[in-house]
Amino acid sequence: MAEIPTPYTAGKPGLKESAEELRARIPGWGVDLDPADRPSFPREQPGIETGAHWDFPERQKEEWPRERSIEHAFVTPVFGTSTPPKGASGAIRKYAYARFSEGRAAHWLLLIAADRVDAWEHHLSSLATLRPDNPVTETGVLSEFSRHGLSSRFGRKRADVNHQWIDPILVGGPWVLAGLGGVAAVRALRRAAGRK
Amino acid sequence: MRAMVYRGPYKIRVEEKDIPKIEHPNDAIIRVTTGAICGSDLHLYHGMMPDTRVGMTFGHEFVGVVHEVGSSVQNLVPGDRVMVPFNVYCGSCYFCSRGLFSNCHNVNPNATAVGGIYGYSHTCGGYDGGQAEFVRVPFADVGPAKIPDWMDEEDAVLLTDALPTGYFGAQLGDIVEGDTVVVFGAGPVGLFAAKSAWLMGAGRVIVIDHLEYRLEKARTFAHAETYNFVEYDDIVMLLKKATDYLGADVVIDAVGAEADGNFLQHVTAAKLKLQGGSPVALNWAIDAVRKGGTVSVVGAYGPIFSAVKFGDAVNKGLTLRMNQCPVKRQWPRLFEHIRSGYLKPSDIVTHRIPLEHIAEGYHMFSAKLDDCIKPLIVSTPA
Repeated sequence: MAEIPTPYTAGKPGLKESAEELRARIPGWGVDLDPADRPSFPREQPGIETGAHWDFPERQKEEWPRERSIEHAFVTPVFGTSTPPKGASGAIRKYAYARFSEGRAAHWLLLIAADRVDAWEHHLSSLATLRPDNPVTETGVLSEFSRHGLSSRFGRKRADVNHQWIDPILVGGPWVLAGLGGVAAVRALRRAAGRK
Repeated sequence: MRAMVYRGPYKIRVEEKDIPKIEHPNDAIIRVTTGAICGSDLHLYHGMMPDTRVGMTFGHEFVGVVHEVGSSVQNLVPGDRVMVPFNVYCGSCYFCSRGLFSNCHNVNPNATAVGGIYGYSHTCGGYDGGQAEFVRVPFADVGPAKIPDWMDEEDAVLLTDALPTGYFGAQLGDIVEGDTVVVFGAGPVGLFAAKSAWLMGAGRVIVIDHLEYRLEKARTFAHAETYNFVEYDDIVMLLKKATDYLGADVVIDAVGAEADGNFLQHVTAAKLKLQGGSPVALNWAIDAVRKGGTVSVVGAYGPIFSAVKFGDAVNKGLTLRMNQCPVKRQWPRLFEHIRSGYLKPSDIVTHRIPLEHIAEGYHMFSAKLDDCIKPLIVSTPA
């Protein structure tokens, strides 16, 4: 009868290499052997020194009504001030924060939807500026040429090649659809004008 | 100042922005000298993280020089070279005062389930990040530390997230001497987790990925045994056979939200945003660990649901441990290990990109071109 594999009997599997062999092969092997002598042990250390010299931090000035999770009792004393909510995306975000707790899928799905609206608001408004969005430079796609796009991908047994074709569709597809929609709208207007 | 800004999924550019201001008495403004792109930045770049706003500057791995300090700052003065943990944290709330720095309750009004992270969407507090010439650093007396004179700048920047997170991932595994440890993902965090597992006495360390050049790094840098999951019909079965049908004692998920290996999972999560993350690596971890074993998760996932095989985890009696790394708790020990020569974090750096070329850097890192493992953002001269 063949040898019985490990889990069917009580014994532990034998080590492939002894501690001495591992110590000789791997610099530092076992220097943190004691689980009780590791930096995050125990997980919670009441009273740990942090450098804070306050019981509750002074409050940062709120320059606009800061959106917050309704699971918070109040706006936290310190917060980020990047990119205040604006436009339709801002309205969706404020609603998601004000209406749904973090426990509700609607909270997160609305925020994801607002992100898509936000991108479109900025793409469209950039067309009216001296620096419209440039999909070539902003996607960094030219690195395909300078960083070996083909040889990095093919003949290398990579799992991600089977879905990377979706990326250009995700990035460029909405622009193509918007363009086609614009052309269809112009044609429809022309036809309507021709009938008058 | 010049700063990277997000323009929507897969699109970023460099813009002129105002230098950040002191907004709180314990703020500091740091002039960034070296930054990095983290694998988790790619989740933002791909539009996966809720409330990622156009105009935000990413970047939670950076070191620099103190430019200005607020009125209550005691430990730093302008001119100090500092390293800044990716965690924004107050040091005094219920969680910080117990050492859970990554779970601070006083810095992120947008969510209670997440702490504060520089440049990581409004879900993580709405702070602009360090892929810029200057960055606002709240609680300057709590998070940042002066870079020791003996430490290389590139080692310091890797101490702000990637190395401590990998080391923390190994700690969460509660490794004991002789354990078989499997690490999913041979990116920077996975490489550091594998290396750290040996420091904690692992008897065998196995790294799984699909990128051959990264597996090569896992063999040379982290002394690991490696398998490319593309070459096997069923990687879980391979690991069962490799462990004599027992399973690994500890499995570390160092992949997170954009895991490959299952087309449907990847596309529904990373492309269609219908899941908080693609749990392929996490499910493999649950299946490949032995009954009663530990799964450590340091890969980043979004806040919405993911299709995780939770029943297997229950039925196998697993311990699941996870968190964002409380970076500063790891530093004293990691400083020792770097000084002793056991760890040389900058060995994994493959690219150094000027801020002006960051869009190409993101694309290269995202598409895994040019054998990229860790790209740093090097400073524009002051």
